[in-house]
Amino acid sequence: MPTTMRINGKAFQSSSAPNARLLDVLRNECDLKGTKEGCGEGECGACAVLVNGKLVNSCLVPLGQMEQAEITTVEGLPEDSALARAFVQCGATQCGICTPGMMLAATALLMEHANPTLEEIRWGLSGNLCRCTGYGRIYAAIAQAAGGSADV
Amino acid sequence: MSEWTRPRHLPEALEILAAAPGPYRVISGGTDLMVESHLAPERRPESWLDISGLQELQGLQITEEGIRIGAATSLEAIRRHAEVVAHWPMLAASAAVTGAPPIQNRATLGGNVCNASPAADNAPALLAYGARLEIAHHRGSRWLPYGDFHQGYRKTALQAGELLSAFWIPYPPKHSRGYFRKVGTRAAQAIAKVSIAALIEEDSDGMIQSARFGMASVAATPCTLPSVSQYLLGRALRDIADAQVRQRVGQDIAPIQDIRSTTEYRLEIASRLVLEAIHRRSESKKED
Ligand SMILES: Cc1cc2nc3c(=O)[nH]c(=O)nc-3n(C[C@H](O)[C@H](O)[C@H](O)COP(=O)(O)OP(=O)(O)OC[C@H]3O[C@@H](n4cnc5c(N)ncnc54)[C@H](O)[C@@H]3O)c2cc1C
Ligand code: FES
Ligand code: FES
Repeated sequence: MPTTMRINGKAFQSSSAPNARLLDVLRNECDLKGTKEGCGEGECGACAVLVNGKLVNSCLVPLGQMEQAEITTVEGLPEDSALARAFVQCGATQCGICTPGMMLAATALLMEHANPTLEEIRWGLSGNLCRCTGYGRIYAAIAQAAGGSADV
Repeated sequence: MSEWTRPRHLPEALEILAAAPGPYRVISGGTDLMVESHLAPERRPESWLDISGLQELQGLQITEEGIRIGAATSLEAIRRHAEVVAHWPMLAASAAVTGAPPIQNRATLGGNVCNASPAADNAPALLAYGARLEIAHHRGSRWLPYGDFHQGYRKTALQAGELLSAFWIPYPPKHSRGYFRKVGTRAAQAIAKVSIAALIEEDSDGMIQSARFGMASVAATPCTLPSVSQYLLGRALRDIADAQVRQRVGQDIAPIQDIRSTTEYRLEIASRLVLEAIHRRSESKKED
């Protein structure tokens, strides 16, 4: 039985096995390579996407649970946004592997807290690892995108 | 191709399990199982029973005696629930430190206890609050105190054909105070080295009326501290000898040595946490 879902606003039908990881469906079937595989064990958040508006690690999500789900990957975020500009301006990205997951975690956070405190930013990003930036610039970018000061 | 069944109602799921109990693997939020099946693909089960669509297993309901939490309710829904935060703050706190937000959005309370890790973070609060489990089988449901659920390392009381359907948690006694702490290497996402929940009830004279502890990562299963509880019963805080408490903690737990900690470290931390749970908010701490 194929699984029908909406990915970045478009209907998509996958014929992968129901125990396939959403991560593999996105990357291999949909060619959405913005979703990265880091650890494959739920620890790093490189594979993070939104499912029905909630942040999840797509390496832990079986396709079988995605019938009728609304999925947003980094490709589904607006190309130009306060968040994207802030990431550039603050130097919040270096090698870039963590960036898609960080952007989705930030999006989920900002949907809930339009003006997050540093504590809330830390909490919202606590499932996402970055080996390069030391996090400070990422926190600053999110604060800036939210209209707050970048001085974190 | 593997088979995947996602029924909407509990009786249907139980029927499926009863007809073929062996080969089905129950999956809820999948945060434990997906890691396991990816790391050990040769053990990937062929038939999956997906319980995430079962309405009877979802959500939280307040009753006169307490709260019913469906086994497939996410940790995120639990930590945000206003009544849980108000009346069962230790459970709200443990749900909030079980992994990071993307884990909590998927992970379920039922999955956390059925996975039966000795380090399950929500086990201590459930033990301290005296939770009961509703276990469903197509022939009918049964009740089990959560304290009787873990029967050995990764071994639970669930029988073939059974599903954990709900948790029932009574309101804590009026004059009780709770204490919860998870000791790990990092706040979110770290497996606990030791975690504890305690619910201590005192009367107006400061005598301990009841004391219930739940601990994780200090034995092969999450556990209570029966001899510590026994010792505290009917005693005033000022009459509690710390050395006696420490000795009883040593009787009640059986910490292991693993990659995260040594046995001695765990025993020492466990004793200190128990003492802190007992003495917090009391001025007359007795030194031995
Ligand atoms: C990155 C990461 C971090 C984590 N951090 C923590 C942590 O800090 N603390 C912690 O305690 N855990 C942690 N976990 C483990 C896991 O997230 C939790 O144990 C979670 O609650 C499991 O729930 P689930 O619904 O995802 O379980 P699943 O993976 O769906 O199932 C787990 C097991 O329980 C069985 N099961 C599930 N529901 C039922 C039911 N209703 N009846 C019968 N059997 C059932 C399944 O068959 C399976 O054997 C972490 C996991 C990951 C990947
Ligand atoms: S690849 Fe999914 S969390 Fe690391
Ligand atoms: S920019 Fe390299 S991992 Fe974050």
